[in-house]
Amino acid sequence: MATVAVLFLVVPVIGLLVRTPWSTLGDVLSRDTSIEALRLSLMCATLATAVSLVLGVPLAWVLARGDFPGRSLLRAAVTVPLVLPPVVGGVALFAALGRRGLVGRPLDEIFGITLPFTTAAVVVAETFVAMPFLVIAVEGALRGADRRYDEAAATLGASRWYTFRRVTLPLVAPGVAAGSVLCWARALGEFGATITFAGNFPGTTRTMPIEVYITLQQDPAAAVALSLVLLVVSVAVLAGLRERWLTTSA
Amino acid sequence: MTVPFPVRRVARVAVAVSLAFGALAGCGGDDNAGSGSKGPSGKIVVLAASSLTESFTALGKAFEAEHPGTTVSFSFAASSELATQIEQGAPADVFASASPATMAQVSDAGDTAGQPVTFVSNTLEIAVPAGNPAKVTGLADFAKKDLTIALCAPEVPCGVAADKVFAAAKVTPAPDTLEADVKATLAKVTLGEVDAALVYKTDVIAAGDKVEGIDFPEAAGAVNDYPIAVLADARKPATARAFVDLVLSAGGQKVLTEAGFQLP
Repeated sequence: MATVAVLFLVVPVIGLLVRTPWSTLGDVLSRDTSIEALRLSLMCATLATAVSLVLGVPLAWVLARGDFPGRSLLRAAVTVPLVLPPVVGGVALFAALGRRGLVGRPLDEIFGITLPFTTAAVVVAETFVAMPFLVIAVEGALRGADRRYDEAAATLGASRWYTFRRVTLPLVAPGVAAGSVLCWARALGEFGATITFAGNFPGTTRTMPIEVYITLQQDPAAAVALSLVLLVVSVAVLAGLRERWLTTSA
Repeated sequence: MTVPFPVRRVARVAVAVSLAFGALAGCGGDDNAGSGSKGPSGKIVVLAASSLTESFTALGKAFEAEHPGTTVSFSFAASSELATQIEQGAPADVFASASPATMAQVSDAGDTAGQPVTFVSNTLEIAVPAGNPAKVTGLADFAKKDLTIALCAPEVPCGVAADKVFAAAKVTPAPDTLEADVKATLAKVTLGEVDAALVYKTDVIAAGDKVEGIDFPEAAGAVNDYPIAVLADARKPATARAFVDLVLSAGGQKVLTEAGFQLP
């Protein structure tokens, strides 16, 4: 059974490698559309991770250290995007931030800002889907960290913000790093919410996964070549994570 | 919430279907009883262009009613995506494409049983949200950068047709999104998230009150023929053939023309 599982997980990746058109690989990857999609993907995933860090770490802190009624309910609510099918996330984002959405309509009418079909919408969609990964990872790290250090800092007169910045955060740094990598990888692979909410336009919203999907309809060989790029990036992320885990456990 | 799939419309088409086939099913009753297992039976899978969603769903129901014991299941997507699925060995019996080029891709690979037959054609129409908030009047509006525009991606048949009309009209469109199939493009209009889109006439009709259609003269220059074929790997070739016959029959053509398709 274990062998079957291994084959099941590994054979598709081998298939991708076997089908890779090595001779035309350079041509496909040096196309403007490929480079543009990769650039956009890397940029949006990085921005989404940055937004997730700024908003998600405080949220993780509240979930881990906060003591208020309904905390578990709050945790459930903010981790819903983790289990939600991404395309449903896209529809939900339309309902909230679309031109006729709950928040989107006043945003459009008062400030003239419309979000869908922009690069910002890609970042929003990716953040929506990926931030829970970071929150869960950081919350776990915060729970594992020794609170007595915080208390010691507080008795020495440190403010809450100073304690958080200089004591708590360094303690959970490995957790934050692992969470960020997971968040970034999830954002990089985001497809459903992005194509739904941000659409698909070269240079603005067409990220690598969407480029692969669209290319497959016309030029399957090129789609395989593009997939290879994402495979390489994913493996690199995995390698980075493993190193991180090894160093923290050592 | 807006429901992108116009259920109400399907119901209306279904009524038309039962009217068209009511008499037919009545006459055929005796024949079926005699022929027994010779008639169409079992489950067939029909891969059809997104634009056929409503009319084929209705025809499938009519087919099942006419041939008890049969099940027709559909997969609607961009024809180009379906062609890729067939190439990859998707188990299917019938393929109905929104473009002869996409069908040729499948038949050239030897994946169809016999020559594909053109059963309808379709033209493009401008779709705007109800009330036409951006006051779109024609193709020229698609060049305006301040309007939010959805088009089909050039990789799918409706995108190819769109490119053709823009070239004929000498308009350089400024789209904000290139959608993966025509129903996805239409959904952006139904949701009111775009000011205008170019979809098939049939999609505008299928969308009901949520969408208004605007005709334009250049549409005549990009008429899409829809070919249909039984697939070489069909597991139920006889049933598949019977379904294709239904599509090509007078009753089938009536359902399709009522949905806005034109006869080839």
